[in-house]
Amino acid sequence: MTRLFPLSMLAFGYAFLYLPIAVLMIYSFNDNRLVTVWSGFSTRWYGELFRNAQIGDALWLSLRVAAVSATASVLLGTMAAFAMQRIRRAAGRGAFEALAMAPLILPEVLTGLSLLMLFVMLSEAIGWPASRGATTITLAHITFGTAYAIVVIRARLSQLDPRLEEAAADLGATPWRTFVRVTLPLLVPAIVAAWLLAFTLSLDDVVIASFVTGPGASTLPIVIYSSVRLGVSPQINALATLLVVGVAMLIATAMLTLWRAERRSAP
Amino acid sequence: MDADQDRPLTGGDAPPIIRIRGVTRRFGGTTALDGVDLDIGRGEFFCLLGASGSGKTTLLRAIAGLETLDSGTITVDGDDMTGWPAYRRPVNMMFQSYALFPHLSVEKNVAFGLQEERRPRGEIRERVQETLDLLEMGALGARKPHQLSGGQRQRVALARALVKRPKILLLDEPLAALDKKLRERAQAELVSLRERIGITFVVVTHDQEEAIGMASRIALMRDGKLVQVGQPRDLYDAPSSRYVADFFGAANLFAGTVAGVTGGIATVDSGEAGADLRALCDGQSAGAAVTVMVRPEHIRLARARPAHANAMTARVGALSFLGSFYACELTLPTGKSVRARLSPLEFEAAGRPAQGDESHVWWEPAAARMLSQ
Repeated sequence: MTRLFPLSMLAFGYAFLYLPIAVLMIYSFNDNRLVTVWSGFSTRWYGELFRNAQIGDALWLSLRVAAVSATASVLLGTMAAFAMQRIRRAAGRGAFEALAMAPLILPEVLTGLSLLMLFVMLSEAIGWPASRGATTITLAHITFGTAYAIVVIRARLSQLDPRLEEAAADLGATPWRTFVRVTLPLLVPAIVAAWLLAFTLSLDDVVIASFVTGPGASTLPIVIYSSVRLGVSPQINALATLLVVGVAMLIATAMLTLWRAERRSAP
Repeated sequence: MDADQDRPLTGGDAPPIIRIRGVTRRFGGTTALDGVDLDIGRGEFFCLLGASGSGKTTLLRAIAGLETLDSGTITVDGDDMTGWPAYRRPVNMMFQSYALFPHLSVEKNVAFGLQEERRPRGEIRERVQETLDLLEMGALGARKPHQLSGGQRQRVALARALVKRPKILLLDEPLAALDKKLRERAQAELVSLRERIGITFVVVTHDQEEAIGMASRIALMRDGKLVQVGQPRDLYDAPSSRYVADFFGAANLFAGTVAGVTGGIATVDSGEAGADLRALCDGQSAGAAVTVMVRPEHIRLARARPAHANAMTARVGALSFLGSFYACELTLPTGKSVRARLSPLEFEAAGRPAQGDESHVWWEPAAARMLSQ
């Protein structure tokens, strides 16, 4: 009894979290044209999915946007995290941190709307960006990707033994050489994890992307969202299954990279 | 203590390799270093000794350039180090936690400093191998730090600092992370290593036995100030204050007032001892408040009341056999407890005292020192 209760609570919790996804995955192998009527096992929707050019284009756009924005996020995030670690005065650091974290807390609708307004204003004032599309989505994704990258990279940076940098200085390395030869190599696992996280978030985003996108630039989540509104095609089930598996693998890789790095640096 | 003769001391007129003048460092409200003046001679094995928070590590880090000074100067081999960043100073440090780079192999850790000097590859390879061989680590060059034992890591940290051929090697608690058995061996190795390579060692430690065992000279620090600087023997035999006497091994301390001095021997009226004590006078005159210090190994025990100065009855308390000697706690009639350290021969001669026995303690006036503070 005492064991059964917590176990059933746990099972309920996991069911609550994962049952919808499980249902979606199961129905992606449904032979029927109607999503909710089971008529037999089939992989035909996966086949149709791969022949669907619109989804193919959207996927390619999403991957490009995700890769570029993740790379830019990690670059900015590393620099910001490093600067924050160096700022000694608590007050300055606190304010800087709060500002950098804002995109994590702000509702996505607000972030999306504010970015849209910024792009419109910029376009009127300086003529750039001329139209909204892949570029504006990438820029928008960099704003929140950077915030996540800062969180991940700072966590690792604060765990690094400050004596390592002192030892490098003592052995004759200038601050820049110390950063390149000691700090950066030790941050690589966190940078990889941050990249994967920013990539995943960009790949998932629909709210911000739909605000700042323009005609002709539809990312995969936008395509899925709009096609669902016209009635769910079982193709979307197949696509969603692939996305869930892909994203889960990316996140697992990120976690594993960080975990292994932590284990290695622990004496 | 003939070993003292083997240890290099500040040569009379030779200029010191480290000259520290009026060095002060504050952290917020606390003063970590408070006007420190100190000269360290070329080739010395110098120990900065003190309890935690005494400022010894801050002083070491200040020499390395890892700590900025609020005032004062540090001169290394004639060059004023003020304004020199750590990476330009001709000193190298071995960190307490070793601070080995976890992502680099042993060889690359050791080569790090030479690569920063932009030495040719061949020279780097040669010097790294030479230094690793010197520390008997030649076979482990390809390992990563986490694959090494504590003692091996300590050697890599040493090698990494030594390969740069610094004028001064700074060591922050070099033995603290080793277990006791390894520590004793490593201590002897450090001393012989310094003799072989001939550079100046400055070691920070909190362990007075370690300092006595290694150092040519010791500076005892307290609250950011130097309390006493001298050879281990000076600090042990002639401490300048109660604090030093207590820090350097066990000491029996009796507070009292000088009653009179005759022939270099003072008579001290001590309420704590409940008797007049005779001790070697160190310039004090009648009426001065002093503390008489007697080391436990100078306390003698006798069953019958001895016809000596400084004889008192005492009750034997805890008694423990520690291999080469007996440690004995005694209580004087005044309630003051006295620690004695008897060799097995002395123990026999004292009639094998047992706990609870009535006995007598005494000591030679020459073995007792008078401290003014």
